[in-house]
Amino acid sequence: MTLNLIKAKTAYLILADGTIFKGKSFGSEGKAIGEVVFSTSMVGYQEAITDPSYCGQIMVQTFPLIGNYGVNDEDYSSEKIAINGYIVREYCEAPSNFRCEGDIDSFLKKHGIIGLFDIDTRRLTRILREKGVMNGMITTEEPTEEFLAKAIPEIKEYKITGAVEKVSGEKKEFKAENGKYRVALIDYGFTKNIVNSLTKRGCDVTVFPWNVTAAEIKEFAPDGIVLSNGPADPKDNEAAVNTLKELIAENIPTFGIRLGHQLLALANGFDTEKLKYGHRGASQPVTDKNFGTTYVTSQNHGYAVISDSVDTAKAVISHINANDKTCEGIEYKNTPAFSVQFHPETGEQKSTTSYLYDKFIGLMEGNK
Amino acid sequence: MPLRSDIKKVLVIGSGPIVIGQAAEFDYAGTQACRALKQEGLEVVLVNSNPATIMTDKHMADKIYIEPLTLDVIKKIIKIEKPDSILSNLGGQTGLTLSMQLAEEGFLAENNVKLLGSKPETIHKAEDRQAFKDTMEAIGEPCIPSKVVETVEDAMDFAKVIDYPVIVRPAFTLGGTGGGIAYDEKELHEIATNGLRLSPITQILVEKCISGWKEIEFEVIRDAKGNAITVCSMENMDPVGVHTGDSIVVAPAVSLTDIEYQMLRTAALNIVQALEVEGGCNCQFALKPDSFEYAVIEVNPRVSRSSALASKATGYPIAKVAAKIAIGYCLDEILNQVTGKTYACFEPSIDYIVVKFPKWPFDKFVYAKKTLGTQMKATGEIMSIAPSFEAAMMKAVRSIELGMDTLTKKTFIDLSDEEIRASLHNVDVDRCFCIFEALKRGISVEEINEITKVDKWFISKLLNLAELEKWLAEGELTQEKYDLAKKYCYLDKSIEKISGQSLSDKGIKTRQAVYKMVDTCAAEFAAETPYFYSTYDDENEAAEFIKQHPTDKKKVIVFGSGPIRIGQGIEFDYCSVHCVWALKELGYEAIICNNNPETVSTDFDTGDRLYFDPLTFEDVDALIATEQPYGVVVQFGGQTAIKLTKHLQETGVRILGTSAQSIDDAEDREKFDELLEKCGIPRPAGHTVFTTEEALKVANELGYPVLLRPSYVLGGQNMIIAHCDSDVDEYMTIITATELENPVLIDKYLMGTEVEVDAICDGTDFLIPGIMEHIERAGVHSGDSISVYPCQTLSDKIKNTIITYTEKLAKSLNVIGLVNIQYVVYDNEVYVIEVNPRSSRTVPYISKVTGVQMVDIATKIMFGQTLKDQGYQSGLYPVGDYVAVKVPVFSFEKLHDVDTQLGPEMKSTGEALGIAKTFEEALFKGLMAAGFKMFKEGGVMFSVKNSDKPEIIPLAEKFEKLGFELYATSGTASMLNRNMIATNFTYRINEEKEPNVISLLESGKINYVISTSETGRKPARDSVKIRRKSVERSIACLTSVDTANALVKCIAMDKTVDDIEMIDITKI
Repeated sequence: MTLNLIKAKTAYLILADGTIFKGKSFGSEGKAIGEVVFSTSMVGYQEAITDPSYCGQIMVQTFPLIGNYGVNDEDYSSEKIAINGYIVREYCEAPSNFRCEGDIDSFLKKHGIIGLFDIDTRRLTRILREKGVMNGMITTEEPTEEFLAKAIPEIKEYKITGAVEKVSGEKKEFKAENGKYRVALIDYGFTKNIVNSLTKRGCDVTVFPWNVTAAEIKEFAPDGIVLSNGPADPKDNEAAVNTLKELIAENIPTFGIRLGHQLLALANGFDTEKLKYGHRGASQPVTDKNFGTTYVTSQNHGYAVISDSVDTAKAVISHINANDKTCEGIEYKNTPAFSVQFHPETGEQKSTTSYLYDKFIGLMEGNK
Repeated sequence: MPLRSDIKKVLVIGSGPIVIGQAAEFDYAGTQACRALKQEGLEVVLVNSNPATIMTDKHMADKIYIEPLTLDVIKKIIKIEKPDSILSNLGGQTGLTLSMQLAEEGFLAENNVKLLGSKPETIHKAEDRQAFKDTMEAIGEPCIPSKVVETVEDAMDFAKVIDYPVIVRPAFTLGGTGGGIAYDEKELHEIATNGLRLSPITQILVEKCISGWKEIEFEVIRDAKGNAITVCSMENMDPVGVHTGDSIVVAPAVSLTDIEYQMLRTAALNIVQALEVEGGCNCQFALKPDSFEYAVIEVNPRVSRSSALASKATGYPIAKVAAKIAIGYCLDEILNQVTGKTYACFEPSIDYIVVKFPKWPFDKFVYAKKTLGTQMKATGEIMSIAPSFEAAMMKAVRSIELGMDTLTKKTFIDLSDEEIRASLHNVDVDRCFCIFEALKRGISVEEINEITKVDKWFISKLLNLAELEKWLAEGELTQEKYDLAKKYCYLDKSIEKISGQSLSDKGIKTRQAVYKMVDTCAAEFAAETPYFYSTYDDENEAAEFIKQHPTDKKKVIVFGSGPIRIGQGIEFDYCSVHCVWALKELGYEAIICNNNPETVSTDFDTGDRLYFDPLTFEDVDALIATEQPYGVVVQFGGQTAIKLTKHLQETGVRILGTSAQSIDDAEDREKFDELLEKCGIPRPAGHTVFTTEEALKVANELGYPVLLRPSYVLGGQNMIIAHCDSDVDEYMTIITATELENPVLIDKYLMGTEVEVDAICDGTDFLIPGIMEHIERAGVHSGDSISVYPCQTLSDKIKNTIITYTEKLAKSLNVIGLVNIQYVVYDNEVYVIEVNPRSSRTVPYISKVTGVQMVDIATKIMFGQTLKDQGYQSGLYPVGDYVAVKVPVFSFEKLHDVDTQLGPEMKSTGEALGIAKTFEEALFKGLMAAGFKMFKEGGVMFSVKNSDKPEIIPLAEKFEKLGFELYATSGTASMLNRNMIATNFTYRINEEKEPNVISLLESGKINYVISTSETGRKPARDSVKIRRKSVERSIACLTSVDTANALVKCIAMDKTVDDIEMIDITKI
């Protein structure tokens, strides 16, 4: 096994600032350009790779041992794989878990994801931390001067565009066992767990694509609306924001998650900004100001709602990040809506912040 | 919530002497807690009977009582000090149990003392088996099918319901003492009987055995507001069935998918909420390898060994945070010291893997069973940090000091494949090495997993190492092979050994390690933690850190003492930490290198920088290259650090203090003899031998008894006293079975009074803070003897001779710093037994009772200050007003098959101290602190060797006068009766008639056993069986007439705690 490390083909990561990491190729071979971001989660790589929020990005795992438990057919965040590239220090060729159906190398190959391993991921993370998110390229071509002269401008020019459109899917339905509520989930790149958390609570969920119109939603007459997570800069989604502006007036209970939270804020006339240090990983402490309790949440976002832009006549900031004090949640006064910047659920399990789903149910119940 | 305004004065209870299951981690935790409390401006009162701890140091607390940790003592101290609060969850099981008893009795309420940390309800819900089960059931957390029973019959009935095998766990015992797995009715009967007796509330849990499931742990912290986080997950390489303290453990858990991880994490959080834990808590789970089924094994609502490990593994200071929570703070108000920007309310993310490897005492206890089970046997542990499991294992194996630098264990090499297969079935201390050997033989991962139930992940990783080694051994050594081996942290010398080729011959470009930082957040935030580990990458964060923090200060590296083991315990960590503090005070940058996660020295804010790494030549070379220190200190890290001396000197590193040459002069037998002759100091006659024939000849020339030991020993390893030819024969047979590199030393054994001196020398003057006298005659290892300061029976003439000899030895060895010398006084002559030019076990205790801060003074001497500069006169320091008695503490109930007979080989794991105005009172306190119960009546049984018989007559008479009932076997009984001492007769074990010794011990009539025998060790001997039975029945068993005499003196004093003054040592 160790010997495979020797046999693997040499590959490189070239950052926009010219920094080059020499490593080995795994997964698909070829060239991938993307925004290089790191994730500090120590578990859940399959969920992360399949999280549409990573659309257009190359993800670096800070935990050095990835692939330990392999991959399986169940732990997908979504069917769409939107990640551009994947970087780890070491991947496990002999994974062990009772549900394991293959190793991560084959998984990446199967999904055409270009991977790089055997680099000092901590060094890379430190560069990204200091310089902020940076574009980069994974390639198996040797970075000669000639190559770099062409590649660097290409890397620098790269911009994630139309990300939501890419990851948003068709309209579909998920029925609960004894459905009590009709929920419209607007898909900006939703993860499966949102649907599971809702159906578990008696919601029949209808997923609408990102460009659904307000009229369509109104016609559907849901008990509640959930705005899903999704990738990239919230301001890239003018049409979606406009739809939300119309929907606000309908007073339908609404719950925004991650990108959904940002879009709802924009629709209410608040503003968003790019964070110098994005929140990425499983350990972002968020304080719920209502209870004064702090929860450890899972996050992946580079943008946030500007706290000062929140019009206190319309809404209050309900959650803040305990570390950098940025806005992590909003409760609206003018409409039965609230939103958070993080995933309220972790995996399939009951989690400490899943009370937010119950709160959403409560809103729908109160509105009936 | 901020600091509670109703807290001003807090009593902190320590964990007492080091025993298996409760070791140095509580000094680390206690020290962190005391510091945290003092930072808040609170008055801290500390009670701990263990003098070898940092927490009992003068500046750790405002009032310090080194007193026995009994209910009566704590009550008395509460009455004296009137604290408003007591901290329950940082003093291990001892502190927790005492706090709970005080609360339950209503004593705390009566005295207006608040219980901080774990509340009584929390402790009860976590510790009482039934209450725990009910609590878990109420929140829907699955437990293993089990039943709490109070009789053996109920245990047997329940086992029929759930089917064998079953596990027995006694309530309220430490480290699973008295527990075990029973595979049938007979075994259950035995284990249940024992467990019920050991449980202070006569209660055991009988549960379904789930051996083979994965064992996963979570360290959780919760505050009063209900904020809760998991600090770290850990996975045991050894599946359920082996105590976690005896398991190889990795952090974080590696073989769990996100679903499984979140399932257990959520369970852990739910549990701490249900128990309303305020502080740290350890949750242990069993996870079925082939489904999502899991069960809660155990919950400890306090800081623990695992939390110390989790703290060191992540950089998250659990004990400090737990202490702040106890006094009112919440997690989101406590700053994360590491980043200085973020808060303690987060879950650390790590970007490396940590391996914990246990240190077992079986190099000492050659006849003891090395099998592992639910009862912990390890005395200590090491931790290694690396970017891969393979590399972490390679670092671990050389940190644990087994004389190995790869996973290949010599004893397995010669076994056949079939024998290796068979050995895989043994769940013992060598299992990991056996798996490695099996992989090298081509036995498949699947087959090994089938036999051992060790998860395939671990086995596959070991296979990587086996394959790498195979590749190294095949064909020519190339740069490519070398680089890969370095990536997995192989030493250069190991690569040469495996490949059989020299690196320089092959033109290999060698690599030196660089360092990465431990920062709690996987580099997400910039951190200021000066805490590093080595890797073979290109970037050197330590070098960067040094560059970014320029200073004019000279840098000094202090090498630590590695894992805690018998013979090299917490004392050496105490010394290392003190050295660091003294260095800082002197204006140096103090850098620590050590690998023990349980200690204060490896707290990242103890030194200016911490390197968590093995202490081998190559590892140390890399550190020297990065730090480029002014000099290094080796004399405080025990033998672990001392053995680096020669190498360091050869590579041109400045050794501060006593030189490598002097250390060698003291350790090399011939050079040492020359030196003694030059000084005119006598030592017991002796010779070195290689063969049995030589040994017998020398022994007869010297005349029995003689002392035999291999040269270069630590803690009296493999040392015996031989009384006859057959003893010599038996010993030489064992010792010559392995290759004899160093000769065996045979000395005339002088059965005199043993005296020990720790001295400080600056090259001109010398200072002896105190002379210690041992209660037991020479022959009992100094670490196992009761040691008294000041000496009680020595004449002034003898004392002066000792002072003179000490001066001569210190000066002629050119000691700069500390030296420990052991003498024996025999027939009014003083002989030297041993000289160690380094710190010793007794340094902390003597420093505390004399007020002479030995390590601080010695450190200053290394940097050119003289004793005079520091205000000390040459010679013996004036004797103080107090007598201090150090009493050894053993962990025999954890180690089956170990003979408790004391001898030249050290057996104790820890020590307790008694301090009082008089010798008798100090002894009384010391014995009580060491766990002796002072029965004023009851039965005493004698079974002694012939040479001791005359001496027990006066002893027996004293017991008789005190009203004890005496018992003895035929010979001893008739001798005592002849001397008009009424003694009951009992049959020997082999006589199989009643009244028999064993049934007598089981009857509960016996309170003390006095048992000595000519030779021991082999578990089959009658005398050994008597002593083991005593341990099992928790009967105090004295194996030296001297100890027994001391005990009877205490009993005769007829005092209780109420009659004895409690002493605040800060006032000494």
